[in-house]
Amino acid sequence: MKNSWLALLLFVPYIALAIDTDKAFEDPEMQARYEEITAEVRCLKCQNQSIKDSNAFLASDLRREIRRLLEEGKSNDEIYDFLVARYGEFALYRPRMSGKTLVLWIAPALLLLLGGGVIVNIIRRRMNMPIEDDLQEPTNT
Amino acid sequence: MSRFLLPLAAFVILIPIFMVGLTKDPSELPSPFIDELAPDFTLPSLKDPEKTVSSSDYAGQYALVNVWATWCVGCRQEHEFLMELSRSQSVPIYGINWRDGRSEALRWLQALGDPYVASGFDQDGRVGIDWGVYGAPETFLVNADGIVLHKHLGPLDATAWERDFVPKIGGGS
Repeated sequence: MKNSWLALLLFVPYIALAIDTDKAFEDPEMQARYEEITAEVRCLKCQNQSIKDSNAFLASDLRREIRRLLEEGKSNDEIYDFLVARYGEFALYRPRMSGKTLVLWIAPALLLLLGGGVIVNIIRRRMNMPIEDDLQEPTNT
Repeated sequence: MSRFLLPLAAFVILIPIFMVGLTKDPSELPSPFIDELAPDFTLPSLKDPEKTVSSSDYAGQYALVNVWATWCVGCRQEHEFLMELSRSQSVPIYGINWRDGRSEALRWLQALGDPYVASGFDQDGRVGIDWGVYGAPETFLVNADGIVLHKHLGPLDATAWERDFVPKIGGGS
């Protein structure tokens, strides 16, 4: 008897626990854009979460603003501009290329080139070394 | 011997960079409003919902705009200093009561004193977003032309006031 009650529990639908409990857009395209944008925006209060993943009230405020801007027919770029004007490029996980962020975009490539150069240099030097060890046994004594 | 020079040079260059990096607080973000026009706002007054508090109230003079809330521990810490500042009458303080409850906020002002000329009631945080607020308390120094001269994150105290605010108020006109 007890077991059948427990078995019955299996039929209880699992409750979906979501951070973002706001209603989805009617238009699936809008919903997709909304999800794309919220995943790209950093929650400033909890810096390693996107506002899509964060339940901080700042994140929910920002989601509400993004929803409002989408409903007003703003483009993705206009929404990113809105956020950057208020919170700086840091608000975006992928800051746009500009004078201030140039070093962020270029540094990885430069470091890769530098490291590659060092490796090529070492390999070249070793290639010029004689293949056979001509270490001679000390002959004196 | 020279093969150690390059790693040594890299070490000598990197260590000071890391040491400076350790002293910085990664949660302190530069505000894009520094040296830019402060955003305008109009909010219902905290004390009287019929009235409004707006950015034009302090136009033409230096002013502090302080973002506060009763749930914010740092705001409790700086409150004493804000009271002191308002008594000295060096610069008017305007409050933005951010994401708070009206009755809690009024009780707070009654119990601890009210350092603000007026506080706007930003219940849904819309004005907070316009000002790029991400954590109370935040204090903005705005000059007579409405330009943000400085933003202080966290509780304001006499040290930060003397260091970051006073020179800017004394400096330009």
